Amino acid sequence: MDGEELTEQETALYDRQIRVWGAGAQRRLSKSHVLVSGIKGTVAEFCKNIVLAGVGSVTLLDDRLVTEEAFNANFLILPDENAYAGKTVAEICCDSLKEFNPMVHVSIEKGDLSTLGVDFFEKFDVVIIGYSSRATKKAVNEKCRKLKKRVAFYTVDCRGSCGEIFVDLQNYNYTKKKLDETVECELTFPSFEEAVSVPWKPIPRRTAKLYFAMRVIERFEETEGRKPGECSLFDLPGVLKLKKELCEGNSVSENHIPDSLLERLVSGNTEFPPACAIIGGILGQEVIKVISGKGEPLKNFFYFDAEDGKGVIEDISQ
Amino acid sequence: MAALQQQSAIKGAKVLMVGAGGIGCELLKTLALSGFEDIHIIDMDTIEVSNLNRQFLFRRSHVGQSKAKVARDAVLRFRPNINIRSYHANVKNPEFDVDFFKQFDVVLNGLDNLDARRHVNRLCLAAEVPLVESGTTGFLGQVTVHIKGKTECYECQTKPAPKTYPVCTITSTPTKFVHCIVWAKDLLFAKLFGDKNQDNDLNVRSNNSASSSKETEDVFERSEDEDIEQYGRKIYDHVFGSNIEAALSNEETWKNRKRPRPIYSKDVLPESLDQQNGSTQNCSVTDGDSVVSAMPSLGLKNPQELWGLTQNSLVFIEALKLFFAKRKKEIGHLTFDKDDQLAVEFVTAAANIRAESFEIPLHSLFEAKGIAGNIVHAVATTNAIIAGLIVIEAIKVLKKDEDKYRMTYCLEHPSRKMLLMPIEPYEPNPACYVCSETPLGLEINTRKSKLRDLVDRIVKAKLGMNLPLIMHGASLLYEVGDDLDDIMVANYNANLEKVLSELPSPIVNGSILTVEDLQQELSCKINVKHREEFDEEKEPEGMVLSGWTPSPATNGESASTSNNEIPVDVTESSSGSETASKKRRLSEIEPCNHKKETENVESEDDDIMEIENPMIVSKKIRVE
Ligand SMILES: [Zn+2]
Repeated sequence: MDGEELTEQETALYDRQIRVWGAGAQRRLSKSHVLVSGIKGTVAEFCKNIVLAGVGSVTLLDDRLVTEEAFNANFLILPDENAYAGKTVAEICCDSLKEFNPMVHVSIEKGDLSTLGVDFFEKFDVVIIGYSSRATKKAVNEKCRKLKKRVAFYTVDCRGSCGEIFVDLQNYNYTKKKLDETVECELTFPSFEEAVSVPWKPIPRRTAKLYFAMRVIERFEETEGRKPGECSLFDLPGVLKLKKELCEGNSVSENHIPDSLLERLVSGNTEFPPACAIIGGILGQEVIKVISGKGEPLKNFFYFDAEDGKGVIEDISQ
Repeated sequence: MAALQQQSAIKGAKVLMVGAGGIGCELLKTLALSGFEDIHIIDMDTIEVSNLNRQFLFRRSHVGQSKAKVARDAVLRFRPNINIRSYHANVKNPEFDVDFFKQFDVVLNGLDNLDARRHVNRLCLAAEVPLVESGTTGFLGQVTVHIKGKTECYECQTKPAPKTYPVCTITSTPTKFVHCIVWAKDLLFAKLFGDKNQDNDLNVRSNNSASSSKETEDVFERSEDEDIEQYGRKIYDHVFGSNIEAALSNEETWKNRKRPRPIYSKDVLPESLDQQNGSTQNCSVTDGDSVVSAMPSLGLKNPQELWGLTQNSLVFIEALKLFFAKRKKEIGHLTFDKDDQLAVEFVTAAANIRAESFEIPLHSLFEAKGIAGNIVHAVATTNAIIAGLIVIEAIKVLKKDEDKYRMTYCLEHPSRKMLLMPIEPYEPNPACYVCSETPLGLEINTRKSKLRDLVDRIVKAKLGMNLPLIMHGASLLYEVGDDLDDIMVANYNANLEKVLSELPSPIVNGSILTVEDLQQELSCKINVKHREEFDEEKEPEGMVLSGWTPSPATNGESASTSNNEIPVDVTESSSGSETASKKRRLSEIEPCNHKKETENVESEDDDIMEIENPMIVSKKIRVE
């Protein structure tokens, strides 16, 4: 037994989930600290899930001012102009999340994710990057990897009815139940940069097309100097041109990535709330799994597409 | 534009949600965010503390209030301009009839029990409204689409029968902790604090019938002036001591079994408990409600702690004392309730002492409560995922995107890389008595069984009818309803007590009965076959309904259209022609082994996948 016991209040509140993951896992959850940035629909769902689960603290980072666009799929923002005027997304979401579970410490930090120093990330066990550019994701991932302690790193993006989760746990040990035995297992994760620059040719053909499509969009936004998610149908010709180049560069056929999928991704600038709920749910589950150290974690990409309804794990490493 | 068309389908839709619990809260939120503007929600439950870890629309201050109403108010805060109507009521109430259901474009279930699910299934079939059904337990979940004539109905596949235990396992030869729990809850607790007129198999019949049943009955009677502690010790010695001795005298029983050890209070407890500050005066006070509990006065705090034999024995005596000292009025009409702290303490202690006798590992109060109360394992994330999948299917239904309907499993561990696994819906089962007209077969002793047995054990318990009517040819044998006159009621009551072959229109071998439920607009035919004998252990109901139950060997879902048991096979496109013969069993894809008590997954709580009626365990046990 590690640490102190759960209080009577905690046991009563968390009764149903302790029956799923045990009191030890619940204690570990209550001591964990999670950093969350980019609070759109999917990340709002994720925040709700881990606050309900009873993590120790959640720190929110999102300096965007609240506008009508922000509460599209985000139920943490009430559409009351008097209440949100002049406030940031993080401030408003913080107030809502506090209500969900008084036992979780919810707070905000200000600043630009890409310029925060390595030390900043030391305080956290889990870092979630929602809706950021490839460069920011890469920078934060590298900072987390420089720390002595292991910080679980996740990125999440949702475009229309599609979504992607990336996971980097560096070297991760976990226990798995096999029949009646408990076996120790170890996984080695590639960094974000490594995982997104794997050559396409050797990747098995049945791999989710979304992996490749997301790389095209990511690259398009980077070269065009767009903010993440700032694409529209007008950009489709440019995106298709880039796809052609990338496919040629990787010596794979152009059919490798269906045009229709890219079309859906560029036009999907409003979030699809059911997809947010699903991807935010999977991400919540993964984070809980990793904090509690129970069960095999997702390695290293997860894709959901509401079009075919599949939720698929892809392991993409060198 | 597809997107615009989708938005207008959503905006114009009128949706009924049944259930505002774990799935319901998530579903209402996701529906509102997705642009639904006319949502009706029915739930009879009120909010409890143990809901708050996942039913995120509720706060501590809402405990005790209507789930449907609080959920509505909470969602209106972030979507003030939509119409949500809440009903704090049972979906089985007569006001929710076929006409009520007809006003909706789609019905979405987030229910917690088989009974209500079957009822809603029938109303949706009768009203010809599409139904999206769902369930979760732990990290597992599923969503299915049911459309009359196009996909299977909720009852096309028989549901796994609830786990029942042979009577003798419970009364004499327990081998698992759950057997001790069933004994403590359904026999001992019921005997001491429940209805005295109920049959009870608590006493072991020994071979040398020295102890007449009259004599043993007296053990449980407490005379007015009898000291409560003395009485408690007497009960203790009887059920854990002499009853075990009596059982040991049946040598035959123990030939191939480990012999249990009788336990007497004097060997475990001190002479007098008074110095143990066993104060029946002070009871713990939590959250302003006074909760009678044996634990505080014994210095026990942690419900997850494992108590030894002595601690269990102390809890047993103290809990029993408290029932007599603090809750005397309730004695004689108590039934076990998982939220009744003292009852849980008593049952935990009794089950553990019995487990000790039989060398079965002991369990904590927390674990025992889960087993005794059939508490479901529930987490927020699974409910959120399932709610998202429900909305995706609901939108397809509204757009009449028939080719795209899917049933989806949410798995804990990936199967072929998938955590969310969609498969094509099954076609209706042509042998389903609910959505097709296939008659059922009933083997019954028509010269012994009464009409009441048929009504209770078959029509209500198995066919799930709420307001049944039974006809034999042109003769009406039984019906219920508010509009019946006294003479009719008297007539039907008289019929209930009659043996089938002696009814005004005798039911004999070869009779064909028509059974209907007017509220559910369900009608089915039953072919009666007379049979003289039934196996008491295997067929405790004394009747066998066919075309309804799967073979007793299978305890998962079974596709009755086929004998092949093919596990789910999902290839890139599973558009094979044999979909209806595919067998899908979640347990085969994914062993669900969160907890040792998977064998009794019934629950009255929410968020459960395949639910059964927990009452059946106690009903069955009485038969012998
Ligand atoms: Zn059917």
